[in-house]
Amino acid sequence: AAERCPGPRICEGDCAVLKRDDVFKAVPVLRRRKIIFEKQWFYLDNAIGHAYGTAFEVMGGGVLQPKQGVEETAAETKEAGTDNRNIVDDGKSQKLTHDDIKALKDKGIKGQEIVQQLIENSTTFRDKTEFAQDKYIKKKKKKYEAVITIVKPSTRILSTMYYAREPGKINHLRYDTLAQMLTLGNVRAGSKMIVMETCAGLVLGAVMERMGGYGSIIQMYPGGGPVRAATSCFGFPKPFFNNLHEFPLSKVDSLLCGTFSTETLPSEPEDNTLAEEETNGSIEEKQTATQGAEEESSAEAAMEINQTEEQETMDVVNAEDVEFKENKDKENKENVREKQRKQWERRKKLIEAAALLREKNADGLIVASKFHPTPLLLSLLEFVAPSRPFVVYCQYKEPLLECYTKLRERGGVINLKLSETWLRNYQVLPDRSHPKLTMSGGGGYLLSGITVVLDKGKSDASNLEALKMEEPSSKRCKVQDLHC
Amino acid sequence: MSFVEYGDTIKDGDTAIVFLGHESMFPVKVQHGTVTQTKYGVIRHSTDLIGKKYGSKVTCSKGGWVFILHPTPELWTMNLPHRTQILYSTDISVITMMLELKPGSIVCESGTGSGSLSHALIRTVAPTGHLYTVEFHQQRAEKAKEEFREHGVEHLVTVTNQDVCKNGFGVSDIADAVFLDIPSPWEAIGHAKSALKAEGGRICSFSPCIEQVQRTCLAMEEYGFTEINTLEILLRVYNVRTISLQIPDLGKAAEDNSGTGFDSSNPSNQGILGTNPQPGAVQFKSGVPLKEMVGHTGYLTFATKS
Repeated sequence: AAERCPGPRICEGDCAVLKRDDVFKAVPVLRRRKIIFEKQWFYLDNAIGHAYGTAFEVMGGGVLQPKQGVEETAAETKEAGTDNRNIVDDGKSQKLTHDDIKALKDKGIKGQEIVQQLIENSTTFRDKTEFAQDKYIKKKKKKYEAVITIVKPSTRILSTMYYAREPGKINHLRYDTLAQMLTLGNVRAGSKMIVMETCAGLVLGAVMERMGGYGSIIQMYPGGGPVRAATSCFGFPKPFFNNLHEFPLSKVDSLLCGTFSTETLPSEPEDNTLAEEETNGSIEEKQTATQGAEEESSAEAAMEINQTEEQETMDVVNAEDVEFKENKDKENKENVREKQRKQWERRKKLIEAAALLREKNADGLIVASKFHPTPLLLSLLEFVAPSRPFVVYCQYKEPLLECYTKLRERGGVINLKLSETWLRNYQVLPDRSHPKLTMSGGGGYLLSGITVVLDKGKSDASNLEALKMEEPSSKRCKVQDLHC
Repeated sequence: MSFVEYGDTIKDGDTAIVFLGHESMFPVKVQHGTVTQTKYGVIRHSTDLIGKKYGSKVTCSKGGWVFILHPTPELWTMNLPHRTQILYSTDISVITMMLELKPGSIVCESGTGSGSLSHALIRTVAPTGHLYTVEFHQQRAEKAKEEFREHGVEHLVTVTNQDVCKNGFGVSDIADAVFLDIPSPWEAIGHAKSALKAEGGRICSFSPCIEQVQRTCLAMEEYGFTEINTLEILLRVYNVRTISLQIPDLGKAAEDNSGTGFDSSNPSNQGILGTNPQPGAVQFKSGVPLKEMVGHTGYLTFATKS
């Protein structure tokens, strides 16, 4: 029900990302809703109407206040030592006690002043080298001067956020690896892409961003429905979803051999999709939670992301409830009709997706899932036109070795390449530039290639026969489709 | 064909990629009546290419065959005529994502160089975005213009022949992102800032040397850019090989057949090992890193104007 205002202003109902230093968290912008982020709580009410990219300070009572321009920390005549030969760690250099600092905080004194007090009460500060002083101030600022920036979601931000907070949910797909996938897959406006992912919808979102609402995407999904928790964090406009189709993985075989029919679909009520999606989510959560180290942050982020979904679901339920009380009879009839309509719509969408796949002219295939890539590739490549790129992600190298070998045996692909990227971050400061102390140990592997016309000459005599066998059933199937 | 739209069949005037085999390919301008020589013999454009499907196998005069591929910015990067050092797809991928480029984005770039990055940028911002690219070398600027025309993307790009450090990008308050690949990027940071939209945007500078990065970071800070971040991306490519390792003869009793002795002590391994054509050896598949890899292209420094 929230209005969407144009331009880069923070609006109620938006999907926004909170940023503190290098930590991100995706949140829906809602009024009177308490947000906990990096051990601080606050409300976003005040942020509404401000430009994206604005930095805020958290005041008493969880009020956000835009941070005024950077106040220069009075750089008095600097006094510094040259080395640390006389600095002794006796644990007494800081004259303020824990209680003193807590008292300062409780008084609501600005973080900046607390840092100043800490410096003044440090007996060794003046003896530290200029660089060590700098480092000391930076560290204290980080702790006491909490500045939260609200930024617009993008693939850059969301993929960085997911990799840091919930790598298990995206199969440890590092953001630079995702960047390679989008480029190797030539993802762009106007294409017809097939996406098979179990990365919470992050890869789908990245593909949607690059396609800008032009062209079409067919998302292949396992289980009861596609998971799109991360996709919803992007805050895409509605038209972006007009040409987003989905097709169940379990129907791929029947589609390929021509026995596909929507009649054979378990005619489940449309709510099932949602229910199953939620179950999937919670199972994944439990798995992530048991992974120990990531537990706290991941649980928190998962909660936030799921809340968005739950919220929406609840809104729908509430609306239905109210209506229900208003007019039971009418509601009952409408309910049935509504269910039928939804089921019909779902079937229509499935037929559309099947028709798109049957054309076998997709412009690319992107795979990033928890499943073994070989069977996915061998089947899904059938739907791709010749001279089009495909990319498969896998957290591990070994399955891609097998996939490589099997694709070679199958033929119809060239320029196969197995690769990995390493990402190294740098600290760049005058006279103190060096690679960062830690770097990510692994961001997964990619197998990429280009499709070509499959050679029908020699090996496919049996295949041809199979094709002839398929013909009749394929036609029958079309007739059935028309009926529904 | 166009670099921003797939076509099914090869047409007169297209730029196509002739794929000869393992990493060996070259671009060809398709023209009626023209022939192209390959090591497998002659390709006659009128009969062998025009009207054929992209991705087809084409038999050359000596009986050898090649594949004809639809051009993409990535294939172009691997095959373009070098007029300068170029950016490769690994860096380009990260630049594109970190600059948050998408259809509709307005991008400023300098220098144009050989147009490797330009093609990738145009692909990503099409059909509603635009690339303003600045190249101070007149001949290179003209050559780039010509290529953009041939590749059907001239409507998405403006090439300007001027010095970006002195004269800037020729546009102001318009760009969502700026990319710099010039020897002294710190001299262009001010121009980059004014090219970016008032409400903000992203910037990236590519430099091979750390000293250049340091000066650039200082300039970015001076001009009020935030989120300054320097990174480097390395590509590791693996060859898929079947490796066979000999089992050492440790003088085990003769009743134990060599090889099978090893296998049976590792029953869990048998699935992977498969058939062993050589007795006394174990086979496995491995991803073997190339003997040499690119160890450094350049540092990428990103920042935000907000």
